[in-house]
Formats: sequence, C-alpha cells, structure tokens
Amino acid sequence: MPNMSLNKVPMPEQEPDVRNRNFKEVALGYTEEMAVEEAKRCLNCKHKPCVSGCPVNVKIPEFISLIAEGRFEEAYLKIKETNNLPAICGRVCPQETQCEKFCVRGKKGEPVGIGRLERFAADWYMAHNDPETPDIPKNNKKVAVIGSGPAGLTCAADLAKLGYSVTIFEAFHTPGGVLMYGIPEFRLPKELVQREIDTVRKLGVEIKTNMVIGKSITIDELKEEGYEAIFVGTGAGLPNFMGIPGENLNGVYSANEFLTRINLMKAYLYPETDTPVKVGRNVAVIGGGNVAMDAARSAKRLGAENVYIVYRRSEAEMPARLEEIHHAKEEGIIFKLLTNPVRILGTEDGWVKGMECIEMELGEPDQSGRRRPIPKKGSEHVIDVETVIIAIGQSPNPLIKSTTPGLKTHEWGGIIVDEETGATSIPGVYAGGDAVTGAATVILAMGAGKKAAAAIDQYLKNKNA
Amino acid sequence: MFKILEKRVLNPDVKLMVVDAPVVARKAEPGQFIILRVREGGERIPLTIADYDREKGSVTVIFQEVGKTTKLLGSLNEGDYILDFVGPLGMPSHFENVKRAAVIGGGLGTAIAYPQAKKLHSMGVYVDAITGFRNKDLIILEEEMRKVSNRLFITTDDGSNGNKGFVTDVLKKLLDEGNEYDLVIAIGPLVMMKAVSNLTRPYGIKTIVSMNPVMVDGTGMCGGCRVTVGGKVKFACVDGPDFDGHQVDFDEAIRRQAMYRKEERQSLEAHVCKLEGTQNA
Repeated sequence: MPNMSLNKVPMPEQEPDVRNRNFKEVALGYTEEMAVEEAKRCLNCKHKPCVSGCPVNVKIPEFISLIAEGRFEEAYLKIKETNNLPAICGRVCPQETQCEKFCVRGKKGEPVGIGRLERFAADWYMAHNDPETPDIPKNNKKVAVIGSGPAGLTCAADLAKLGYSVTIFEAFHTPGGVLMYGIPEFRLPKELVQREIDTVRKLGVEIKTNMVIGKSITIDELKEEGYEAIFVGTGAGLPNFMGIPGENLNGVYSANEFLTRINLMKAYLYPETDTPVKVGRNVAVIGGGNVAMDAARSAKRLGAENVYIVYRRSEAEMPARLEEIHHAKEEGIIFKLLTNPVRILGTEDGWVKGMECIEMELGEPDQSGRRRPIPKKGSEHVIDVETVIIAIGQSPNPLIKSTTPGLKTHEWGGIIVDEETGATSIPGVYAGGDAVTGAATVILAMGAGKKAAAAIDQYLKNKNA
Repeated sequence: MFKILEKRVLNPDVKLMVVDAPVVARKAEPGQFIILRVREGGERIPLTIADYDREKGSVTVIFQEVGKTTKLLGSLNEGDYILDFVGPLGMPSHFENVKRAAVIGGGLGTAIAYPQAKKLHSMGVYVDAITGFRNKDLIILEEEMRKVSNRLFITTDDGSNGNKGFVTDVLKKLLDEGNEYDLVIAIGPLVMMKAVSNLTRPYGIKTIVSMNPVMVDGTGMCGGCRVTVGGKVKFACVDGPDFDGHQVDFDEAIRRQAMYRKEERQSLEAHVCKLEGTQNA
C-alpha cells in the first residue's frame, strides 16, 4: 500500500538561530526509515510525468521503488545511469519547477520528495562505498573539456564512459566551478563536491587545474595538440554591476567576489586561512535570485547583525527558489522589496556608509512577463549599511570569445549553439551551460553537457567513419 | 606543483625567483602577470612577470616581502615547490611607433619596468631608464637595467647613492633639457605613478602605468580589481594591467588599496608571532 500522507516526510534541519551562525549544512538528510516512508508515497505512474521534467531524465519511479524496498545501493546505481552528480542534484536542483512539478501526488497535497530521495540514495552510497574504478576500454581519441563546473564534469564523465580520453582544463586551482566558488558550504558541502569529482576522475578523466583557456593555451592550440573535439563549459563568470554612483567604494562587492572569497578561498575560516572578507554590521544584498540569497545568508553567518535583501520587484517575481527565500527569512534576513538602489554613499576616506534607495510600484508586464517596477517619486530614503553586495546577475566570461576566432556569440556574450547538440559555429567545438544560456541552474548545465557528449560521440564516429 | 629553480636576494626585502612553469613561459609577454598560491589555505596573489625563458620553460617573478603570503613565498628555497602558479594573465603591453621612451621604475616597480625596457630596447627603441629607491641599499636590477637602456638614471630619496630626489625630479630635468619622448612607462607605487602622470600631462606625452590592485581570480570573474579609467570602470586583470596614466583615477585606486590593510597587518603579525614561536621552541 502506498503511503497516502498529503505531506512529504519532513527533512530534519539545523535550527535557524543555530545555523545562521555556522557554515554547516542546513538540511540534514533523511534516515533510512524516513526515506523508505517517503518513497512509499510514489504511485509508480506508468506514464512517468516526473521524468519528462528532468533535464537528464533520471529514472525516477524506478529508483524510488528500489528505495521503498530498502535496496539503497541499487537505487543509487539506477540514478547514476543518467546522472553523474546525484548528491549535488539532490541538493541544488529546483525540483519544484522540474520533476516534482509534474508529480501526480502534487495535485492534492505535496509531491513526492524526489530531490530528498535522490540526495538520500547518493549520501547512503557514499557513506557505504568508495568510488569504484570501472574498467572502460579506451578508443584513444582525445577530447578537451574547458571548465570543470556541472556542464564540464557531466560532459567529461559521459565521454569517458564511452571510451574517450578526456582532459578537463580548469582556470582555478580547484575543480568544480560554481559548485566550489559559488554555492555555499551550508547548501552544498565541498567535501561532497570533491567526492563527486573523484568519481568522475575514477572514470579516467584527467583534470588540469591552473589552465586559463584563451591565456595559457587557446582552443586552436588544443586542436593542434590532438584534441579532436572540444567542449566549452566556462560558465557565466563576469559579474554585472549596476552602474550607480559609489560602486567602487570600499565595502562594495560583486556577489561573485564575495562568494568566491568565502567558498573557494574559505574566508569564513580566516585567519586560519589567508583570504579575508569584509562584512559590516549592516549589509545590503542587491538582487532577488539564489545568488542573492546565498550572499545574504553567508553575510549573516559571518556576523552581520542586519542583512537586507534589496529587490526592486515584489516577492512573487523573485527568481530565487521558494526554499531559499524561506530559509533566508527563517535565518533573519530582512526583505526590502519594491526597493531600488539609487546610489551608494561613502565616507570621506572611501568606505561605504549607506545606500540611497527609492521605492517602486509594479506597472504593466514587461518583456519577461513580470510586472515592470516603476519608481515612486519622493520616496527616496537612506539605509545605513557598511557593506553592499551586488547580485544582479552574471554574464558569460569573454576570454574564450576574444581568443577564439570564428566562435560566434550573442551580443550579450552567450555562445551561439545548436540547441539539440551544443554545436558552435566551429566544427568540433561544442558548448553548454551558463556560457551559452547566461546564469541558469546546475541541472540545466548538466543537461547541456550530456547532450553535447552524445553529439561529440556522434561527430567523432562520423568523422572517423 | 611548480618548482623553484633559482632564488636570489636582491635587497633585504626583495627576492627573485625563477619558477619552472612551461605553460606560462610559452605565452608570457611583458606587462602580463601570474597568480600564485604558496600552499593549501593560502591566498591567491598576482605578481607581474619580470622575465621568462621559453626554451627553459621558466618564469621569473620578483617580489617584496610585505605581507604574510610574500613572506611565506620568500621563505621557500631553490628546489621547493609553489602549489599553484597560473598565467600568463592580463593584456600584454602594446608598443607601436615608439622611437624614444622613458621607462621609470619606483622601488619594486623596477622589476616590472625591466621587461618593458628590455622589450623596447630589443625593438630598437631609444630607452632612458629611471629608477628610484628609498636608499642605496635597496637598489635592484642595476646591471640588468643598464643592459637594456641607453642611459640609466638611479635616484634615491635620501641621496645615499649620490643622487638625491624622486624619479619625477629626474624626468622633469630630462624634459627641461629638451629630451623628447613619445612614450613614458611608469611602474611603481600608486603615488609615484600619479606624480609621473601629472608631470607628463602638460607635455602631452603618452604615459602608461601598470595597476596592481587586489584580485582573486585574475580572469575577470570577481571584479575586485575595478579601476576607473577615463570615467569608465575597468577590470585590471583582463582590461589591464596597463592603462593610460592620464586617464586613471589614482585617488580612487589609492583608497581601494586600503581595503584589507587591517587584515593584512593581522595576518602578518600572526605569522611573525608563529615564526618567532617556532624559533624559540
């Protein structure tokens, strides 16, 4: 008999007042009993609507049935058939707009906690097994993958499984891309990312760090070195600023810089580690996406008393996941909605002392379909802050574009590709993830990496046929 | 891991290291920089490439021991390894239609001015090199600079080498004497680069400065290295580090340089305490 409870089995979490002072993971994960109980809520629908909502087509009802039967290892292996990074997806995928959105149980009550179960299976396997070294026959064809974020890791893993000799080139000293520098420890523990990267390495993928493609070596030179195909998964690394007065004052960060200092450089352990980060008593984070929530919650954990999310539309238009907004509120983040910064105010010696804002009201829907915010005359006011973090989005990094003749991009920087294959304007060069779409999600990047891997395999088979 | 092939002490605070880094050496050009991390948990610091040898696959960096990271780096010896070393980053210096140049190095900036003078000299440009130091004990790269310049002027703040004054005093004198330059390169502390730029502005001589702000990644990702040039925000790591000295907002750059002064001092003090602790143990 299925478990007909309307609600998901609750996930244990650290208490808000405790967790907003540490960087440990917020959600603690299911026990075996909880997982089995939740798995039993799945109706095992024949038409599998959930799978159609998954960018990498995880065999959802199958793996959940295995959990319900207590066959946890098999459940994990079932997920791994199509998803190379389950422990990560189980944590950071927006399930509410993907698999769980289509879950039949969601029509009345909450959908099955697919993400929580995926996470459980991955964590259970990691706790009970070491990554295996599979025996894959090599086809002696070299493929280069640029960037070791979710798109690159997925593409590399899929190609390695097909026998290709894959080398990943990473600009930073540590692989993982946004999983390492962007998403905070309390949402995605780095040890776990490391484990997932290790499983990709076990497939025979070589990762070369400290390699800035376009500077250390170009795409054309990689071809000369015998790489027969190249996948570009360089992400959206260029921070956008607002262009308002005061943005260069001391105490103003791009969210990229703020989060990179904390996550990649581990500034939250400073002075045990050497990279500092400055957080004032009052902090304003500008923006309403997941990155803004991550920055705000990180600032709180670093000791800020008042952390404001300053967003020019209302909560309904916020691009952040509901869960992230909910967690941020629980942790005491103050939401200043329908508020837009006009300028940042500084002290005489150049430090942030406040931010002038203007109130907004919502007008007619704009191109994005969201109601356009309009400034309210005479509503200017100043909030006292010492730190301002700008989290209004990132654009693709122009390094590859500027050093690869013939690579076509959109005006805003995204690489132009064939949507089905990820093929760029240069034969043999593929791209996917945020470098193509602009800042999006981990799972969409993984989906793009997967498609490109299949297309690269086809391309090389045809080429050598 | 990147092996230190050679280490030289240029003055009590300034050290030179030749590092085995073939990937960087293959592409390095004057004006570019590397980012290194000495060890796990360490910070990423940018250092301008002082020289390179494509055949040997080596890159030379020269640094002053001012903070914890540079002190740690300075404590390494030949045969030791640097954990991470990435580059070449930034835009190479761009020289076109230059016939007579004045290349100016202030203190450690001399190490960065050197490859520029070398490049210009090898292109057949007439090079007057001017280097300035606090006192004669701090003079570095005298022989090297002499080899790549037509004339070398060394000046000291206290006059201990027999020439008292700032680099701007020397440049002013040369200009007053009727020397003409179509390019001035000034590399050193921000106040010095500002002073040189202010001096050359009325003469209308193109003046290039090299900015070295705080950065994390060095690839345009963090934006920590923002400088205002001609009223526009630029990232020193990808748009620079060379900029038109007449356009740079030096006052802002000087303020931004102070962002982590407190933390830098803390780190250094803690590091020195630890070192003394071990020595006493």
